[in-house]
Amino acid sequence: MSETGTQTVRFVRDTMLPEAAPPASQSGAVKWLRENLFSGWLNTILTILGALVLFQILRGLVPWFAHSVWNAQTLGECRQIIAETWGEGARGACLAVVRDRWTQWTFGFYPAHLYWRPVLALVLLFAALAPILFSAVPRRLMAFSALFPFVGYWLLWGGTIWTPVVALAGFVVGYAVWRGMAKRNALAAVLLAVAAALVWWLFLAGPVERALAGVAPLALESVRSSSFGGFVLALTIGVSAISLSLPLGIMLALGRQSDMFLIKTLSVCFIEFIRGVPLITLLFTASLLLNYFLPPGTNFDIILRVIIMVTLFAAAYIAEVIRGGLAALPRGQYEAADALGLDYFQAQRLIVLPQALKISIPGIVSTFIGLFKDTTLVVFVGLLDPLKGITDAVRASTDWKGIYWEPYIFVGFIFFLFCFGMSRYSMYLERRLKRDHR
Amino acid sequence: MTKTVFFGTLTVAGLAAGLASAATLDDVKARGELNCGVNPGLVGFAAPDASGNWTGFDVSLCRAVAAAVLGDPQKVRFVPTTAETRFTALASGEIDLLARNTTWTFSRDTDLSMDFAGVNYYDGQGFMVRQDLGVTSAKELDGATVCIQTGTTTELNLADYFTANGMTYTPVAIQSNAEGEQQYLAGGCDAYTTDISGLASTRAAFADPENHVILPEVISKEPLGPAVRHGDNQWGDIVRWTLNALVAAEEYGVTAANVEDMAANSPNPEIKRLLGTEGELGAMTGLPNDWAKHAIAAGGNYGEIFSATIGEETPIGLARGLNAQWTQGGLLYAQPFR
Repeated sequence: MSETGTQTVRFVRDTMLPEAAPPASQSGAVKWLRENLFSGWLNTILTILGALVLFQILRGLVPWFAHSVWNAQTLGECRQIIAETWGEGARGACLAVVRDRWTQWTFGFYPAHLYWRPVLALVLLFAALAPILFSAVPRRLMAFSALFPFVGYWLLWGGTIWTPVVALAGFVVGYAVWRGMAKRNALAAVLLAVAAALVWWLFLAGPVERALAGVAPLALESVRSSSFGGFVLALTIGVSAISLSLPLGIMLALGRQSDMFLIKTLSVCFIEFIRGVPLITLLFTASLLLNYFLPPGTNFDIILRVIIMVTLFAAAYIAEVIRGGLAALPRGQYEAADALGLDYFQAQRLIVLPQALKISIPGIVSTFIGLFKDTTLVVFVGLLDPLKGITDAVRASTDWKGIYWEPYIFVGFIFFLFCFGMSRYSMYLERRLKRDHR
Repeated sequence: MTKTVFFGTLTVAGLAAGLASAATLDDVKARGELNCGVNPGLVGFAAPDASGNWTGFDVSLCRAVAAAVLGDPQKVRFVPTTAETRFTALASGEIDLLARNTTWTFSRDTDLSMDFAGVNYYDGQGFMVRQDLGVTSAKELDGATVCIQTGTTTELNLADYFTANGMTYTPVAIQSNAEGEQQYLAGGCDAYTTDISGLASTRAAFADPENHVILPEVISKEPLGPAVRHGDNQWGDIVRWTLNALVAAEEYGVTAANVEDMAANSPNPEIKRLLGTEGELGAMTGLPNDWAKHAIAAGGNYGEIFSATIGEETPIGLARGLNAQWTQGGLLYAQPFR
């Protein structure tokens, strides 16, 4: 508005018009519907078809869930309650089976008075994972993360505390040897450290453990592997295999990129062999074939055998995922590392791997999710996985024989929680590590 | 942690390799526990309850053997075995005894190097159909769709039966009993075929058992029995005679409740020999003389086990049929204890 000429203007609006709502067809739900669902005759038809399918599915599912029964002792009782409440011929979910047997799906045949141990192990697992997963947690807690495998083993399997302590001591022995020798010859130090640790584990650990157990018999009631089942088993195998397969996978990926012929060949052979064989084959090998080679009466823990096989299997896949990340790095990054005068390990640790791993996060997490779900395959070697092993055991009781979908839905839901959690974490991690250039 | 256990086990393996493999009986006694391979879940035959205690018809046999050998029916470790792993588990020594509703066949006895210690359940394959199908005989099933578990003897029996009768059928492959029930109930197949005992327990769990009939034809022989490894005859004898002792106990009226009384007061010399009051039968197999007494006290005689796990008083409701004593028109015929 200018100062001049104001007198000549007959009418000047001195207030702003209030903002009017946009026309009904251009806002809100109507606009959204028009744009997303009915933006053309083809899309309109597809929308209607989709709605019909959805309606059909829900028409079956909603009453089924709405008629669900939580309080019953047997399947027959469930059916009776549904028939009484909703009329003859009504169908409903008998979720009472979950209420009745959820401890079995969770703990397998773990002794009931010891349920606190797997629960505590799970809580400690989250405590141990926190410093690894979230940068806001103090770094010092990493020490606990390193100790957790031993604590977790002791809590789950029980027995004398000296077993994990002596096992841990092997690492201390190796580290001490390495520190003592590192100044003189780096390679020799590593080899000697490994040798010292092996000597400790193979020949000294047993007697030392017995001696210590004799002096201070600190022990938890021991639980055998055959008592493991359900989600305790799935998580034990899943978490161990995930945490072991990542470092192994990184080593294999680097080995495959190596210039050294032997290392490269071995890595390639290993990766291609494992990827070429179904996991079930490996599990059968672990559980059955191995028994023929080991002397009769050998008690080579079945869960341990399965963990080893699942780890090897996942490691091969992770190696390939990380190789993809390595290949995506521009050549210049390697050359820059060389130009800075970094040696091979420094270059990998400081320049190459942080970038390659960041690129590989989605692939690595998919592999982990796949691995966790694959733990249900252990049912084929007679372990009681939650999906089929425990479910079949529950169905084999006369109370619950004939139940079909409810256990699958329950177990599937729990698996979904874990896998969805992993997936969300990986997205969070990607966002946090996001740099402007990608 | 895992490495330690791994290397520790390798060491143990190395040490154990030095020792010659001992007889199964000695192994079991040294271990203080019987490793018994069972079905991971088959109604009435083997199933863990909510607290992990195993019960069932096959399980009772494991307990009887443990009681005979170790004097305690609780000293059993039940190893769930799948249809695929059961024979290897036995051959590799992971289990001492396989009591997993396994059919005694020629090739399993010879080629797979197993020894069947006897038959604890005479089963046979049959058909179940819906009442409203109006079928009263398996001979009327021409052109039917049949739900059949893959990779079992039942699959082969079915093919044999339909070929022999000049009929055709469409198989619907299923993986497990639970899946078969689901398919059958959903109308995926006209008839469901498996062992009669399985059909009976399946039907008992239906919401409307009265609308389904089990056809009278039994198209195969399925003698189910406990199996041990080939080559350890002493162990095979122990399992065979434990089973015989349970059967004989029913024949002579020895039960879990009166076994002590019978051992002390029975005038029948056969019962005396069976229960170890007279003679040295136990010593001949390397067991204490009162082994059979322990075995019977564990879960009762054959008849008691049958009626407690799968008999007519249970929801499964199987009649004795072929599994009655020979004196009752059945096939159970324990060899004499002499």
